Amino acid sequence: MKTLVILFMAAVMLVPALATASGGAHLYKAPIDINDKESLRRGAQAFGDYCYSCHAASFMRFNRIAKDLEIPEEDVRAMLIHTRNKKGTPAKIGDLMIVSMTDDYAENAFGTAVPDLSLAARARGADWIYTYLRSFYVDEDRPTGFNNVVFPDVGMPHVLWSLQGLQEPVYEAVVHGEVEYDELVELKSIQAGKLSRVEYDMFLGDLTNFMVYMAEPVQVERRSMGWKVLLFLIVFFGFAYALKKEYWKDVH
Amino acid sequence: MSNLMNWIDERFPATKMWNDHLAKYYTPKNFNFWYFFGSLALMVLVIQIVSGIFLTMHYKPDAAMAFASVEYIMRDVPYGWLIRYIHSTGATAFFVVVYLHMLRGLMYGSYKKPRELIWLFGMFIYLALMAEAFMGYLLPWGQMSYWGAQVIISLFSAIPVIGDDLTLWIRGDFVIGDATLNRFFALHVIALPFVLVFLVIAHILALHEVGSNNPDGVEIKKNKGADGIPLDGIPFHPYYSVKDIVGVVVFLFFFSVVLFYFPDGGGYMLEHANFIASDPLKTPEHIAPVWYFTPFYAILRAVPDKLMGVGAMGGAIVVLFFLPWIDRCKVKSIRYRSTIFKLNLLMFGISFVVLGWLAMQPVTETITFLSRLFSFLYFAYFVILFFTSKNESTKPVPDRVTS
Repeated sequence: MKTLVILFMAAVMLVPALATASGGAHLYKAPIDINDKESLRRGAQAFGDYCYSCHAASFMRFNRIAKDLEIPEEDVRAMLIHTRNKKGTPAKIGDLMIVSMTDDYAENAFGTAVPDLSLAARARGADWIYTYLRSFYVDEDRPTGFNNVVFPDVGMPHVLWSLQGLQEPVYEAVVHGEVEYDELVELKSIQAGKLSRVEYDMFLGDLTNFMVYMAEPVQVERRSMGWKVLLFLIVFFGFAYALKKEYWKDVH
Repeated sequence: MSNLMNWIDERFPATKMWNDHLAKYYTPKNFNFWYFFGSLALMVLVIQIVSGIFLTMHYKPDAAMAFASVEYIMRDVPYGWLIRYIHSTGATAFFVVVYLHMLRGLMYGSYKKPRELIWLFGMFIYLALMAEAFMGYLLPWGQMSYWGAQVIISLFSAIPVIGDDLTLWIRGDFVIGDATLNRFFALHVIALPFVLVFLVIAHILALHEVGSNNPDGVEIKKNKGADGIPLDGIPFHPYYSVKDIVGVVVFLFFFSVVLFYFPDGGGYMLEHANFIASDPLKTPEHIAPVWYFTPFYAILRAVPDKLMGVGAMGGAIVVLFFLPWIDRCKVKSIRYRSTIFKLNLLMFGISFVVLGWLAMQPVTETITFLSRLFSFLYFAYFVILFFTSKNESTKPVPDRVTS
């Protein structure tokens, strides 16, 4: 019986090894630390300055950010509330982070509706967002003047160009069997931005970190509740096992 | 106290039921690890019903509001995230537990005479559970909910003559839409849970009528003491109730690890694409059903013709219903059966898991070849079993249970 179980496990593990894993664009590892509140606050500021107002985060509330990231509500107001609601008054601190740009307007301006970013980190992954925001390059053929390695022909303009500076692609001829093509191997800086490369990566790290937080605001609480539950179950196991032993003493 | 019990017992068989199903239900004393999963399945059913009730208090079965209402539960409802993750983790746990429970049945011949009806009720529970899970998966109304349902419902269109009308009738619209969401909600929260609970009661009543099988496949009722109690039997309560509590605690430990630390199960339980609201105009790059359906989906994909594929997929489930009559060996437990049987069952288990993995891979030539190979091996189990079980060279079965 035991041999059968072992054989079973071995066989099951072998099959994935038979088929080769599929590739895709190389993604950089985003430096995520959801417990780093300083980083999350900087990320919230960056989100307010560069993303929010085109992108909505319509499942998120302003005051949730204030509470979770320990920012005074007044500061959150200054940081994130730039717009007025339908009544013409500034959005309230308890409101959802919607935007006034309509899909019709966006389709006119960018050729596509602007995606909501509340859940972007859960849909795309942190590494994807981090790499995407690093990978804009100059492309005169695009209406925005920019293209992207991770998201070819993306409609979004490179809103961070003043921080990152400008990059151009470097191609290398690759021969693959009988096919020869130019492969994009790296992006080369052609004009410096306000931030150095390291500073820009840190800026993106904070922004991505914030987006990971925003995709599931409860995650810190979830993990901290988790170990308490597990600890309780371990203790409870001791009692349950002792009870079972006690009852089963007379079964032979 | 006893006066009160007497008063009740004269009007309702409370004590009788307690004795028939717990305190004087005699159970083989040699249950092993595999016998935890029946009671665990019952507990997961209760978890799903209770967490489901709380979810319905905040969920909106409306195409315009469903996706946002789930995020509302995740963010604004106090402990809504906990209830939601319990329910989504519970769905996976249900299938893990049920698959192990069924494997136990295959190993120890629990489907054999006189337990055929228990097996049939169990198979109907499994069918209802698949329908329940499928309809529940549409409710978050994300991209994978939408397109997964689109793929599965369109399978019915392969049926000749009535196919197209049938899919229209199921969807209630020409595309999956508000009508579909609303009826799936109704079926998910009322109709199917009713069916499930009814079938579970029938499953347990049938079990308690004939008595439980055990790892030796020995009928304990054949050896009774002077008091009429099976010599190898012990009352379910308190012996197995206290033992099952240990099983429950261990199960809850693993359940909580997933719930609190991997609630999306690496994208296999809550798929990444399902964090994007459903969009009838954008097909996700890669549509795969949730993991518990994948073995059957792999069989579907392995067959080039759509109708034949649907037939093979249905057949893979239907054939399980006939297991009590396909397996003609009198010996129940794998412990006393032939090497051929052991290898055959091993191959079946491997095929099932590998098929599940194959269905999650993008289609390539290798994947299609492997899907065909393992689909063949899946069905081969039943053919080999049918022909080898009649005159199987078995080991002698003891009269009494071993430890």
